[in-house]
Amino acid sequence: MKISEIRDLLDAEVLCGDDLERDILSACGSDMMSDVLAYVKNQAVLLTGLVNPQVIRTAVMMDMICIVFVRSKQPSAQMIEFAEENGLTVLTTSRRMYEACGKLYAAGLKGNGEVNE
Amino acid sequence: MSEPLKFTYPVDGDNFTSAGQASVQVKKVLRRLGLDPETIRRVSIAMYEGEINMVIHAGGGEAEVLIYEDNVQIILRDKGPGIADIEQAMQEGFSTAPDNIRSLGFGAGMGLPNMKRYTDDMRIESEVGVGTTITMRVDL
Repeated sequence: MKISEIRDLLDAEVLCGDDLERDILSACGSDMMSDVLAYVKNQAVLLTGLVNPQVIRTAVMMDMICIVFVRSKQPSAQMIEFAEENGLTVLTTSRRMYEACGKLYAAGLKGNGEVNE
Repeated sequence: MSEPLKFTYPVDGDNFTSAGQASVQVKKVLRRLGLDPETIRRVSIAMYEGEINMVIHAGGGEAEVLIYEDNVQIILRDKGPGIADIEQAMQEGFSTAPDNIRSLGFGAGMGLPNMKRYTDDMRIESEVGVGTTITMRVDL
């Protein structure tokens, strides 16, 4: 699924990142970064309601390519800058976590536990 | 064997916001050296979890990364309270982190298990009241 499709499905606003045609292979929804660090696979999107610099660092460590903040969470300018430096696309949506994950899943984006490397 | 490349980073124990900066630096170094992406990911995740642990539990410490021809070693040293029961600490879901850390996205009891999962070898030397040294190795 392309990042542009995620943006459209979630009525999300793009906070940084200009290549919305990049392909996302799997998704992970969590506010616990250690769970994200345990299981995520390649070319993934992270959906989270947690807003602090560790979210961006976690995504960078995992080589993820997109973060979606749910419930209209707004990361700081510093966080966005750090994400941009590392080639991450950052979106924010007013959808809640369950709705956002459900919409992407229903549209065919699998969880990272279901995707083989 | 030739001398390893060695990098040392202080880990600031007072600032959770900056925790992980050393791992970000190491990731950049390994990329410059042209290591394969999967190895880089394993090293940086293991070190990142270790750094977070040092900040949460031990008031910071020092991280050393040694790059040999056939492996990367990460050594994390702190002068924190030590780990009384290492076997218990290694269980997924066991955590002694305070609640405020959970609200920051950590403290789920996955740190040490993740470090073990992503490395080929992990040794914990710890003495209560003295500190902890964790040595991890990722084979190339």
